[in-house]
Amino acid sequence: MKELSAAQITAAVRELCIEANYHLPADVTDCLRSCRAKEQWPVAKEILGNILDNIAVAAEGDYPLCQDTGLACVFIRLGQEVHISDDLAAAVDEGVRQGYRDGYLRASAVADPLRRVNTGDNTPALLTVELTSGDQCEITVAPKGFGSENMGALKMLRPSDGREGVKRFVLETVKAAGPNPCPPIVVGVGVGGSFDKVALCAKKALLRPLGQHHPDPFWAQMEEELLEEINALGIGPQGFGGRTTALAVSIKTMPTHITALPVAVNINCHVSRHARRVL
Amino acid sequence: MIEIKTPFTVQQADQLHAGDSVLFTGTLYTARDAAHARLCQALEEGRPLPFDLTDAVIYYVGPTPPRPGRVIGSAGPTTSYRMDAYSPALLDRGLRGMIGKGLRGREVIEAMRRNHAVYFGAVGGTGALIGRAIRTAEVIAYEDLGTEAIRRLTVEKLPLTVVIDTQGNNLYETGPQQYLEFAGQHFNQ
Repeated sequence: MKELSAAQITAAVRELCIEANYHLPADVTDCLRSCRAKEQWPVAKEILGNILDNIAVAAEGDYPLCQDTGLACVFIRLGQEVHISDDLAAAVDEGVRQGYRDGYLRASAVADPLRRVNTGDNTPALLTVELTSGDQCEITVAPKGFGSENMGALKMLRPSDGREGVKRFVLETVKAAGPNPCPPIVVGVGVGGSFDKVALCAKKALLRPLGQHHPDPFWAQMEEELLEEINALGIGPQGFGGRTTALAVSIKTMPTHITALPVAVNINCHVSRHARRVL
Repeated sequence: MIEIKTPFTVQQADQLHAGDSVLFTGTLYTARDAAHARLCQALEEGRPLPFDLTDAVIYYVGPTPPRPGRVIGSAGPTTSYRMDAYSPALLDRGLRGMIGKGLRGREVIEAMRRNHAVYFGAVGGTGALIGRAIRTAEVIAYEDLGTEAIRRLTVEKLPLTVVIDTQGNNLYETGPQQYLEFAGQHFNQ
């Protein structure tokens, strides 16, 4: 049994909140650069250049990548042989509180969805814990802006809607979102499971590094087709026209019920932030 | 590149066309959802507003807190449609420009045409670049709203794109259309 203290969890979450909001992962930056090289529409090329400049300015450490420093989505893969000496959720929230304060990040959480009073410290985190084997604790912090989050959609399709039905729903969702989610976007798609699990699949799909595909060639093929079809819509960076509407489509699947074909689409903006650490 | 200096008058507004790139210099007022709700409530109750709407430009932004020695943090645009319910009332009282990102509703566009107002786009997700271009920032109302308080900003040569002009032309429609025509001719899509 490995012992981890609440203080270790808090310190890691604090640092990951700051890192994620100032430093975009290399896979996203590389993808933006290669999309800019391929883009032939002048306005689109210019905007992609602005986006790359912004990444460089943020990395200097004075200004976060985006003013929407998001709700702190925290994913923990916790080995069953790890024991944590105190309340895990409280330790994570404390890390978010310290990270958002010390990193000069925006407090964007309201305590009640209708009465809407800001909690002042961006807590609570949106925490997802998954038990795994082993003695490691892997923490991923993925701050999520809600300009893109608000453009997501979920639908319980019929099995007869099939592969084409899934694709149609994804394309309709991206098309309806248009310029709102700050294209170029990353499109996370969940397929299968149940009403709640499919949404989590879509969110987790966004954690996959750009350039990696679904392990099953059947779904990897669909990711490629969808990316091509989305980039033929013409929306382009910021919706001003162009090829680069999406950087990637990432699908995550799970078994489902004989009557069901749940599909969820979770859209991320080009500021596709995540930072990870293993304790 | 067209240079604009505030006050942003009807004459300046009418000369802009959807798709124009502009460099904006002068005063902006920040307001998002919560500040808009309060402004409209004040209008309904006949109370004075914290700033003069005549020829004013509102920027939809909720910045991050400034680091020591800086005037503001990251300050890119937020999605504009959430302000659609409030914008026509402000436009009818003299608001000349709005800066944000994303689609606007039909009623907002009608109010813009009626009042000769312009909707500008700033590049969403480039808050670090924009924050660095802001010279001064001062909270002038609703301080309790934190990031959503109304701030008076001065900016110098802030790059913007005219998305919807005073005639109602909309770059979100024409831009993708023109690109698709170009793509059709060049890569047989």
